[in-house]
Amino acid sequence: MSFCLATSGVAQTDTRRAKGLDAWAQVYSVLVYPRCINCHTATNYPQQGDDRHRHFANVMRGPAGNGVPALTCATCHQQTNANSTGVPGRPGWHLAPLSMKWQDPNDQPLSSAAVCRAVTDRSKNHGLDGRGLLKHHDEEALVLWAFTPGRRPDGTMRTLPPLSHDEFVAATRRWVEAGTPCP
Amino acid sequence: MPVTTYQLSVNGEQREVSVDPSTPLLWVLREELKMTGTKYGCGIGACGACTVHLGGQTARSCLVPVSLIGERSIVTIEGIGQDPVGRAVQDAWVDKDVVQCGYCQSGQIMSAVALLKATPKPTDVNIEQSMGGNLCRCGTYVRIRAAIKSAAWKL
Repeated sequence: MSFCLATSGVAQTDTRRAKGLDAWAQVYSVLVYPRCINCHTATNYPQQGDDRHRHFANVMRGPAGNGVPALTCATCHQQTNANSTGVPGRPGWHLAPLSMKWQDPNDQPLSSAAVCRAVTDRSKNHGLDGRGLLKHHDEEALVLWAFTPGRRPDGTMRTLPPLSHDEFVAATRRWVEAGTPCP
Repeated sequence: MPVTTYQLSVNGEQREVSVDPSTPLLWVLREELKMTGTKYGCGIGACGACTVHLGGQTARSCLVPVSLIGERSIVTIEGIGQDPVGRAVQDAWVDKDVVQCGYCQSGQIMSAVALLKATPKPTDVNIEQSMGGNLCRCGTYVRIRAAIKSAAWKL
């Protein structure tokens, strides 16, 4: 009897982990989409475009991730998207810190396991627990921008991540409720 | 879009303009206010010739629609000499005879002032990084660096 209960407990744990990993895979598909990963670089510059090319105009990361004096992110990026000029915008436009790099030094996205480890490492993620990560994905201005990225300079719409924001938050919630498992 | 009226603070003066909200600040300055010191270079924020200060920070005026300026004050090359750092930079520009054709220089000066306000004693790396978005087809970069250092020394 006790053996059966123990076996059942293991099965439940495996099922919960499997569901969590499935949810994480959806979250990861968004995190490595250009609208997100272009500002999670391992280098001293941001990227832009769906081909993730180096940001033009010699834009630099700077000590605080928001550029250098005379060439800050806010030199071009305003509080909202400027659809008439094609410049995206949200308050506090900046690069993610290097502790949250999701690329290698050659601009290639890190594996799902590596990104998951970084995202869940509270020494790297500003101390966010699962609930904090969910809130970040649900409310943070630059996360929200990724789902409403506005127009390119040529007037066409920027492409969107593979999930809607609601789906992204729901996937994050399932992953958090499963204990934020990593591959 | 319908023409909208905006109250702008430009070089310490209140100015009123009635323009399409999507009009870039550059064209408000040049066409509406007839302040032609700020130059049109590339129109995509890549060259820095149109640099002004917006709320105390550099801004590429060719990329900022007037509708997004809000309450922020605007300082252009016509007004930067009223600022002690701006005055020192302009004096250094003259002293070092920086200018060749001059087209990019108002943007260069506006960026140099922003650099010195944030970093009073900049290194060569500071200068190269902060001025890296301001292009000069005449290649006056060496004199620009010398003038920035000269201004920093005198401030």
